[in-house]
Amino acid sequence: MKVHEYQGKEILRAYGVATPRGEVCFSVEEAVAAAEQLGSGPWVVKAQIHAGGRGKGGGVRLARSADEVRQHAADILGMTLITHQTGPEGKIVKRLLVEEGADIEREFYVGIVVDRSAQRVVVMASSEGGTEIEEVAAQTPEKIHKAIVDPVAGLTREQAKDLAAKIGLPDTVLDHAAEFLLGLYRVYWGTDASLAEINPLILTTDNKVLALDAKLNFDDNALFRHPETKELRDLDEEDPNEIEASKYGLSYIALDGNIGCLVNGAGLAMATMDIIKLYGAEPANFLDVGGGATTEQVTEAFVIMMRNPNLKAILVNIFGGIMRCDVIADGLVNAAKEVHLSVPLVVRLEGTNVVQGREIIANSGIEITSATTMADAAEKVVAAARGHR
Amino acid sequence: MSILINKQSRVVTQGITGKTGEFHTKYCVEYALGKVCFVAGVTPGKGGQQVEGIPVFDTVEDAKNSTGANVSVIYVPPRFAAAAIDEAVEAGMEVVICITEGVPVKDMILTRYKMRDQNTILVGPNCPGVITPDEIKIGIMPGYIHKKGPVGVISRSGTLTYEVVDQLTQLGLGQSTCIGIGGDPVNGVKHLDVIRMFNDDPQTEGVVMVGEIGGTDEEECAAWVKQHMSKPVVGFIAGVTAPPGKRMGHAGAIISGGKGTATEKIKAMENAGIRVTRNPAEIGKLMDKALN
Repeated sequence: MKVHEYQGKEILRAYGVATPRGEVCFSVEEAVAAAEQLGSGPWVVKAQIHAGGRGKGGGVRLARSADEVRQHAADILGMTLITHQTGPEGKIVKRLLVEEGADIEREFYVGIVVDRSAQRVVVMASSEGGTEIEEVAAQTPEKIHKAIVDPVAGLTREQAKDLAAKIGLPDTVLDHAAEFLLGLYRVYWGTDASLAEINPLILTTDNKVLALDAKLNFDDNALFRHPETKELRDLDEEDPNEIEASKYGLSYIALDGNIGCLVNGAGLAMATMDIIKLYGAEPANFLDVGGGATTEQVTEAFVIMMRNPNLKAILVNIFGGIMRCDVIADGLVNAAKEVHLSVPLVVRLEGTNVVQGREIIANSGIEITSATTMADAAEKVVAAARGHR
Repeated sequence: MSILINKQSRVVTQGITGKTGEFHTKYCVEYALGKVCFVAGVTPGKGGQQVEGIPVFDTVEDAKNSTGANVSVIYVPPRFAAAAIDEAVEAGMEVVICITEGVPVKDMILTRYKMRDQNTILVGPNCPGVITPDEIKIGIMPGYIHKKGPVGVISRSGTLTYEVVDQLTQLGLGQSTCIGIGGDPVNGVKHLDVIRMFNDDPQTEGVVMVGEIGGTDEEECAAWVKQHMSKPVVGFIAGVTAPPGKRMGHAGAIISGGKGTATEKIKAMENAGIRVTRNPAEIGKLMDKALN
């Protein structure tokens, strides 16, 4: 789960991690009032959307007067912000963060994630703040310093100080910076975060270490023990189809192509997308119905896929294991009847009771193209999408 | 021969009285020598009951002492799964297979830390389990698609593994052992650990390795294969079409920070002499070619 920058900063402050003072605002008036409350300026007006790259898209602006705050807030609120992470359709801005400006001496990067090879948490820091850390990692990996954390001891003061020194923070602020890193680690571990990224971390001209930006993601599987985090979820920032799908135990992700896929199991779902591409077309979505594939789930999956205006054909690829193919075929037929599919449907069933399953589909009276192997299915669905069946 | 489990394994099922545990235990008992191999169940507070004719104990320790169980399979709910692994490790199980999906990463970090000096081998969590065909099935895979034979199978997925196994069986190629290692970022055995076991197993003549986007496990395995593997390896990576930053179902299947793309993995595997196909319908045929 993702949260907004202002929510992330509220969590940081609760753990004693320093950030600029700021206020979330939902209207221009609130923004002006917040600025006055914060002091004499300058202020920074920041669009609050979950995607990164907001500055480059015009969603982060400096204001030197109350009038400028008003102007920027009016411009940004309601704008469609397009960044490299929003996709070409962009994201409508509904919330602002108005923050006191900071005098920046230098910018750094800090990120905390799980290191899968070490099976532990790793704290990464770099002197190259403000830029895309992926680029730093690719071009100058020696500029990224790491500390692997012992899960029982936690990040130690020595490790934190060492990292701060390695990225070039001056000796006089090392204790202060170590305190910051220790706090950030406590946030990560204490909230079951999956990512805590401060980019940039800044050193101010008066030698303070502050989180100028904050990106926190949380482990969905651990939300049961953090009801307070769950409440921060902003459904406006999520794809309504993905939300709808998750209510039915479906895992759905919209993609750019025109062939809808309905598959049981995440690995097989990805492999099905891949084979569609291999046969010259593009998948319209990732959709994993899980192990069950009940009539209700399949109906909902069809409804969601049919909302996509680009959809030209649907491929159902189910490997029936413990769940038998005849049961799945019944569900498919019922769902197809209920939804009135307007695009060609290709079904490939394999596994337990496959013969009975294929019979049910053949005798259903619904126009369904049956396929045997994954290759056969891909070939047929790509042809169907192109209109020659 | 086989790896990890065989007809001598004695299995305790943790969470046997739950709906999932009971359901799958039934199929495991019915498969091959399951009646002999599945000797105990555990659910705290339900010791003394029976499920499918199998005695239930309060703790893994009790189950081990009474039945000689040396392998555990776990179906308990996600929030209790890591503690169930810890209990199995402390009781000295040789192999622990955790089927449960949705275990918090932090719990797994702590569990892996506690296991660091232990000899227990963990498979999963969030995995379909392990099967040695015609001997024993531990997990949720459909038993009948498997056939005894020379091919080892390692995979991060469930149904995609069944797809591969089915292709092999249709071609007359049986399997030595099939292992689903699971799709979580912090888990037990990785591709590398399993492929080493297959390399040492006399029954295994070739290995199919099915990976997916996210992490660098496949790359690490490929580097080892290049140096040490004495048997042919066939590979497939799912997720060539997956966009970066989107989690494709499995918690671990995500391209982040420019790492974990299918293209990178395929390149590393091909560099190591692994025969990689882009076509998931061709995996079985490629293994057939590699062996004959």
